[in-house]
Amino acid sequence: MEDCFSRQKLFAPIGEKGQVKLSQKHVFILGAGALGTANAEQLVRAGVGQITIADRDYVDWSNLQRQQLYAEEDARNAVPKAIAAKKRLNAIHSGATIHEVVGDMGVEELHEIIPEVDLIIDATDNFETRMKVNDIAQFYKKTWIYGACVGSYGLSFTVVPEKTPCLHCLLGVLPSEGATCDTAGIISPAVQMVVAHQVTEAMKVLVGDYEALRSKIVSFDLWKNEFSSVDVSSLKKGACPSCGEIQQYPYLKEDSQTKTTVLCGRDTVQIRPMETMKRDLEVLNRILLRTSGEVKKTPYVLMYQQGPYRLVFFQDGRVLVHGTKDVGKAKSLYNQCVG
Amino acid sequence: MTIQVNGKQIDLPQSVNHISDLLNHYNLQSNQVIVELNQAIVDQKLHADTQIQNGDQVELVHFVGGG
Ligand SMILES: [Zn+2]
Repeated sequence: MEDCFSRQKLFAPIGEKGQVKLSQKHVFILGAGALGTANAEQLVRAGVGQITIADRDYVDWSNLQRQQLYAEEDARNAVPKAIAAKKRLNAIHSGATIHEVVGDMGVEELHEIIPEVDLIIDATDNFETRMKVNDIAQFYKKTWIYGACVGSYGLSFTVVPEKTPCLHCLLGVLPSEGATCDTAGIISPAVQMVVAHQVTEAMKVLVGDYEALRSKIVSFDLWKNEFSSVDVSSLKKGACPSCGEIQQYPYLKEDSQTKTTVLCGRDTVQIRPMETMKRDLEVLNRILLRTSGEVKKTPYVLMYQQGPYRLVFFQDGRVLVHGTKDVGKAKSLYNQCVG
Repeated sequence: MTIQVNGKQIDLPQSVNHISDLLNHYNLQSNQVIVELNQAIVDQKLHADTQIQNGDQVELVHFVGGG
């Protein structure tokens, strides 16, 4: 096999030994949006042996400006992001094993995946999921790397269990999603800057160079030319319910899981059936064709447009209702379709 | 007064005297931001009581959910 990694092996902190270590590691990337695709591409190019990438969404035209693994064809066919990502990652480097997960990452799913992996990369778009990641990472004592961005601003922090404060220590209470939704838009360089920090920290963890970890929280605004790096070690709280002396993992309790979720920054509600099911899109297609709405079926999803609302049905039973933030309205549209 | 925020010189209006005023000035909520004043983190509960002075160095890190 050709050696794709010669230049990286010349980089002394990684070297031949580090390269072997990278090839034996398994990284979990939660989210295949802007942060997820950029993290995945760099980690695969760096020679990480196994990647599991999970996302509940499908590729939309508005993603192409910054979600680097996708092309027009994926948006045209509304390909689930995890599937489109896997295809591109395999083309970039066939030596990596990519596991794709199309669907929601609930507590149950996290319990299945996390024990298998060496590191968790946060590439989600909401605090609720991040707090779940934070708890599960503490539970299994895995390092996870927080990253987030909006506009031209971004930040990152590496959470090392039993060493650094966790996200719960830093945040206290969960910030309301409304204040964090990206109505301000996003430029691609802000994504790439966050990812540069995440991937470098990931490489350090994977080759075992813990000494080199940044240990500070880093934030920047590329448009305003601001940069900051803050030592937050004093914020580690002994009484933290996620990482403190008495660990309760509050976000892993089943009752904190919701059936409906309003997706951040978009006029979209996700409805997830209580029990996992397999939806026969062919049957649904035939039923919906008899209604006044417009139906489009791709190999992966079924789209149903009714007036200003668009419903997208997935094979795993989930439905995204676009065009409303109102959970009640979304449910009634959903019930009109599937009864 | 003039202070340094995230490495940049900033002229503040007279109404800004405490950390909490500064957060208001930037439209930030106390529970979403970590404040460092002259290299020491200021506890969230003390934002309203902590004065800022001319020449202070402040770092503000606010958490966002996007990605
Ligand atoms: Zn904690």
